[in-house]
Formats: sequence, structure tokens, C-alpha cells
Amino acid sequence: MMVLIGKTNIDFISKRFVFFAVSAVLIAVGVISLAVKGLNLGLDFTGGTLLQVQFEAPVTTAQVRASMSKAGLETAIQSFTGRNAYQLRVKGSQDNVNEVADKMLAGFAASFPGNKFTEEKRDYVGPVVGRDLAKKALFAVVLSLFGIIVYVAFRFSNPVWGAAGVVSLMHDVFIAMAALSVTNREIDLVVVAALLTIAGYSINDTIVIFDRMRENMRMFPKMHLGKLINTSVNETLSRTLLTNLTVLTVVAVLFFMGGEVINNFAFTMLIGSICGTYSTIAIATPLVYQWEGKGK
Amino acid sequence: MNKLHWKIGTVLGLLILSFWLLYPSVEWYTKTNDERAKSEAMRMRPKRILNLGLDLRGGTHLLLELDVEKLDKKEKLNDAMARAIEIIRNRVDQYGVGETPISRQGERWISVDLPGISNTEEAENLIGKTALLEFRLVNTSDAAQAVLNKVDLMSEPPFGKNGVLLPEIAKMMPKGTILRKAAPGPDGDRARYYVLEGDVPVTGAYLENARIETDQQFGTPSIGFTFNKEGGKLFENFTGANVNKYLAIVLDDVVHSAPVIKSRIGGGSGVIEGSFTIEEARNLAIILRAGALPAPVTIIEKRVVGPSLGEDSIKKGLSAAAIGFIFVIAFMLVYYRAGGFVADIALALNFVFLAAAMSYFGATLTLPGIAGIILSLAMAIDANVLILERMREEKALSKPVAMIIPVSFDKAWSAILDSNVTTWIAAIFLFQFGSGPVKGFAVTLTIGLLIGVFTSVFVTRVVYEFWLTSNPKELNI
Repeated sequence: MMVLIGKTNIDFISKRFVFFAVSAVLIAVGVISLAVKGLNLGLDFTGGTLLQVQFEAPVTTAQVRASMSKAGLETAIQSFTGRNAYQLRVKGSQDNVNEVADKMLAGFAASFPGNKFTEEKRDYVGPVVGRDLAKKALFAVVLSLFGIIVYVAFRFSNPVWGAAGVVSLMHDVFIAMAALSVTNREIDLVVVAALLTIAGYSINDTIVIFDRMRENMRMFPKMHLGKLINTSVNETLSRTLLTNLTVLTVVAVLFFMGGEVINNFAFTMLIGSICGTYSTIAIATPLVYQWEGKGK
Repeated sequence: MNKLHWKIGTVLGLLILSFWLLYPSVEWYTKTNDERAKSEAMRMRPKRILNLGLDLRGGTHLLLELDVEKLDKKEKLNDAMARAIEIIRNRVDQYGVGETPISRQGERWISVDLPGISNTEEAENLIGKTALLEFRLVNTSDAAQAVLNKVDLMSEPPFGKNGVLLPEIAKMMPKGTILRKAAPGPDGDRARYYVLEGDVPVTGAYLENARIETDQQFGTPSIGFTFNKEGGKLFENFTGANVNKYLAIVLDDVVHSAPVIKSRIGGGSGVIEGSFTIEEARNLAIILRAGALPAPVTIIEKRVVGPSLGEDSIKKGLSAAAIGFIFVIAFMLVYYRAGGFVADIALALNFVFLAAAMSYFGATLTLPGIAGIILSLAMAIDANVLILERMREEKALSKPVAMIIPVSFDKAWSAILDSNVTTWIAAIFLFQFGSGPVKGFAVTLTIGLLIGVFTSVFVTRVVYEFWLTSNPKELNI
């Protein structure tokens, strides 16, 4: 039998303040980043125009920038190294569908005569649509969090467990958002989907341990809560690590090889799945111990 | 037959059903591009197959908003929306692109997905034009001439931001007339205008047909049209009563020509002349045939993915998914041996069932959709790991094999159920995004979770139970 980790007997509960401190530092970094840099909301929410072109002859980012400022446009430019492709974005309310994109194309034609380019991607999101999508995204997040709380509280017939699970879930989603803010990655609809997946995945992980705690409580009703939690976490540790390592590997493959379109999604998932594992052991179960009262 | 036979029968039956459901998709996607295009043009595209999203095959997504304020007061919004969708579908069909999902979104939005079209300007003209054809008399009074002189001297267009006439012009307009721009002619960019009568005796609603015609002498294209019987009579009476006056042919509020009515025009046909290119004339004929939209539409969202980018992303997404898949299969086999083998069988079945279900529902596979599949597979693996870890625990207690299996499944079940339901809760709220990549993610994740629970709990248990009938002494996990 191949065994990744044998039978463990780690006392997680006694180290809970170390975990809380680590999370507090991460959250503080996140809060600062969100306050100073904010979130880089994508076109889906701000409205605006995105154009991605690939040039035949090499051009530099500086040249692209110069040609755009000559055309009178303030654009964010992202270059795809090795492909000679550039993505330009102008965010904000724009009423006419092709106005900005046409200006960009005219700018290229004027600045790089003779250098042919192909349009790879073009997005236009009007102001109404942007607001609508932002509203829907917020709704989706709030409603699914609410749904999860209700379900967990119902299944474990204990609001403290439900609350601890949701706090650790929000911890994971928040840290993933903070990571997006720190790395200045753009939040689009697909990233929102990733955040919701993290929420589902994080609570999934927590529930497996809660499930074991529920079972052990029935078997050893007199056991001290701290010992019960430690036993349960240790018993499921092998499963927790195994599952998460598989998921982590798959997400890492997506991140490194999945291509540019899915990169932000994979990044969010990567951070989220690491956080999800950590928070199950280090946040959710110690919080249950903390809140249930240590006297028991 | 005992219970186990029934269970085995169910799994095998579902497997056969899946292959049967998958067959049309496999057949479709193994055809060459040309063959596919041909069948699409002949409307022979099979319905129940897996579709590729625009992000994977390239194409244009448009979201249109119907200008409700300009809707005829008598028309109900729902009727107008249904009519607008019908007309747009008509136009797109006549233009000859393949499968084009057109659907209503929310109150007054219409979503149009044009796969494979990256010449978006043409598509936009085809879909976004109202195609309201009107025949109006030109007002040639002195007052009208004064308006035109004044407009000519102005450096700004006479219309304000929201299309309303500037007040200083509006007060000069003769009673019951409107000002309309002329189509740009061969004599340069200078905008020209017409003062037209408010009455519209005949509109494009009476059109029976429209087609492209080319001038014999110069080869310039124009659009010939034919009225239906009723329209023909109206037009005949109208022209008969207004001989020697100017008749403006107005399309979408732009005057294309204003010839003199030389005599009563019978026969119910006519020609719209103007400086069209062949393409423009062809598309105009299409939209005139398909009919006018109940009110103008504006494009409020547009997403174009070039074909090369789509191909690139499908390649990368699929190869990443395949690598992840192979890694997981190998890992399970090495780590859990016989148990891993059973889990891998379940995983493979999961894949087949998922693809079959998506084909049956005609679901659209998008790049985030692939991510949803990967996630649901990961959850299915997790369920297997939960069961297998339980088996190891029970095995460590030296229980007999016949007991280990049912106990492990029973104990793992609550965790599997709870974890899948919570993820599913997060997934269903994504459905409200209507269309596009995120919905693809929600679809694959939701179906994937359901199938994942089935394969990783029901199917694996059937395999173990079948294996138990041979009275094994040891469980090799």
C-alpha cells in the first residue's frame, strides 16, 4: 500500500492563534491593496472597448503606445510576448459600438503603414450592459453565499458550524480577490465564476471534516471538543491533502499551459485551492472550537 | 435476476445510450469544414449535438437593445420583441450563415451569436438596420427652401444629440413636415437635407419582394422592389394624385433618392437608386425582403473572436485538460492500485456520460465550460478518494472484505452529498448570466456534478459488488 502520509497526531487546535495571525496578516495585506490599488475591474463591468491585434512585422509596446496617443486615445496595453500581438483597452462609458475600435485601427494604419495586422479579438461593452453584469455578478455571489450558509446550517443543525464554514469560505474568496488586486489582474465574468467555484470548493473541503466531526461526536459523545477536532482533522488529513494536491496539479496545468484566455481564471483557482486547504484546517475547525466555548 | 444484475444492466444500458447520443456529434465533428458548411447551408445540421461556443470556434456575439420609445403605441412589448427576433432570424437565414442562436434577454435585449463571422461590419448592417422604407412627398414650398438655406449655412448638423431638431430650425419648419438627411452622393461629403411631408401613404410593409438590380449601362447596383396587391394599388393612387411632384424614397430616415413623379405608376414596382456597392445593395435587398424591425435597435454589446484565436484557445484548453486528466488517472492507479483502477473506470464513464448529456441538450461548450468539466471531474475524484480512504481505514481494522465495501460507501456518502450540493449551490446562480462563456461554465459544472456523484458512488459500487460475487479474500488498495 502506498501511503503519502501515515497516521498523524498533530495538535492543530493549540496552534490556532498562529493560524489566526497568519490569516490576519494576509487579510491586512489584502485590505491595504484593495484600499490603495483597488480591484482592476474588467470591461465586463466598466464598459468600454477591447481590441487585440497581431502584427505581421515586429512592433514594440512603446511604438504601439505612441501610435495610440497620436490617435488621441488613452489605452491600457498588454503585449503577448513572442506572438507580436497586443491587446488594447479603453474603459468607461462609450455609447457607440465601433467608435473607439475604429479610431484604434485608423491609428495603426497611420503609424505603421505597410505593416499588416489581423484583428484577433474585439469586445465592446456598452454602459448599460456593464452595469447589468456587475449587478448580476454581485447577486450571484451574495445569493450563493446565502444559499451555502442555509444549507450548512441545516445539514449540521448548528449555526456555529455553518458560520465557521462561511467565515473560512469568505476568507478564501477575500484572499483570492486580494491576490487579484496585488497582481493587478483584471476581474471579468470568468474570474467571478472562478471566485464562486472557490466558494463552493472551500466549503466542500470544510464539510468533509465537519462530517467526520459529526460522526466522531456520535461515537464518542464525552470527548473533549479540542481533542475531537484534532482527531477528526488528523483522520481526514490524508484525504484532504490527496484531493487538494490532485486539484492543485490540474489547476496548475491550466495556469501554466492553458493559454492566455483562461490564465486569470486558473490563477484565481490556484490561489483559491491553496487557501481552501489551509483554511479548512487552520480557520474553520479552530473557529468552531473558539466559538463553541473551550470549557466543554 | 437479482438486484446486482439490475444495477449492472442500468450502467451498461446508460453506456449504450450515451454512445448512441454521442454518435451524431462525433459524426459531425469528424466531417471536414467544407462538408459541415454545406450541410449547414442546407439546414441539415443535426439538432442534438455538442456546440462549440464563440470563444472556441470564433465568431461574433451581438447584444441589441430595442428602442421601446419609438415603438408603435398600439404594439405590446412582448409582441414587438417576438417580431423583432423573427425578423432578425429571417435576415440572418437569408444571408446564409449556419446555426445562429438568437434569443431574448431580459426586458428588451436580443442576443445574437454569429459563429464564424468575423466581418462584423456587414453583420452589424444586416442585423442592426431597422429597414423602415417610406415613400414621402418632398415639400418644395418657399418656407422649406428657407430652412434648407439656413441649414446649409450652419457648421453643425441641425439635429441635437438625441436626434431632435434644434429649436431654431424646428420653429422655421412648415407645418406637418419633417427634415431628413440625404444619403451621401457622388458629389462629396457635404451633407444635404430634404424637407418632407409628414404623411406616409405607403411603406415597406407592403413589399412583396426586393432584389438587387444592376444598371445595364454603368453596372451600378440598385434595389428593385415589388409591392403586394394592396400596396400596388395604394402606390398607384398616390402617384396618380401627385404627378409632377417629387417622391422621396426614405430608408431608415435617410433619403436615398427623390425622383419626379412623371405619371401614375402602375404595376406595383419600383427601384431604389443610390451609390451602393454590390454588397450593400445585396444586403439591403435581404433586409427589405425580411421586413422592417418594429423599432430601431442599438448594439449595446459586441464580442468578436477571430478564428485563429478560437482555434488556439481550444487547442491549449484541451491539451491542458488532457494532461490534467492523464495525470489524475495515473496517480489514482499508482496510489490506490485496484481501487484506483475502479475509480478510473468511473472517471472514464463520467466523461462519456457528460459528453452524451451535453450533446443531448445541445449544450454549448466554451472555454470556461472546459474548466467546469475539469472541476466536476476533480469533485468526482474527491468522492472516490473519500470512499477509498474509508476503505483503507476499515481495512486497517481487519474487517472482512465483504463488510469493508458497504461500510465505506455508507460512511463516505454524507460527505460526498454535502460537498456536491454546496458546490452546486454556487454553480446554479451563474445561470442568470443568460448567455456566453459563464453560462457554459455553469452548465457543465451542474451536469458534471450530478453525473460525478452517479459514477463515483453508484457505478463504482456496482463494480465492487460484482467483484464481491467471486468471494475475494483481500482488497488491494
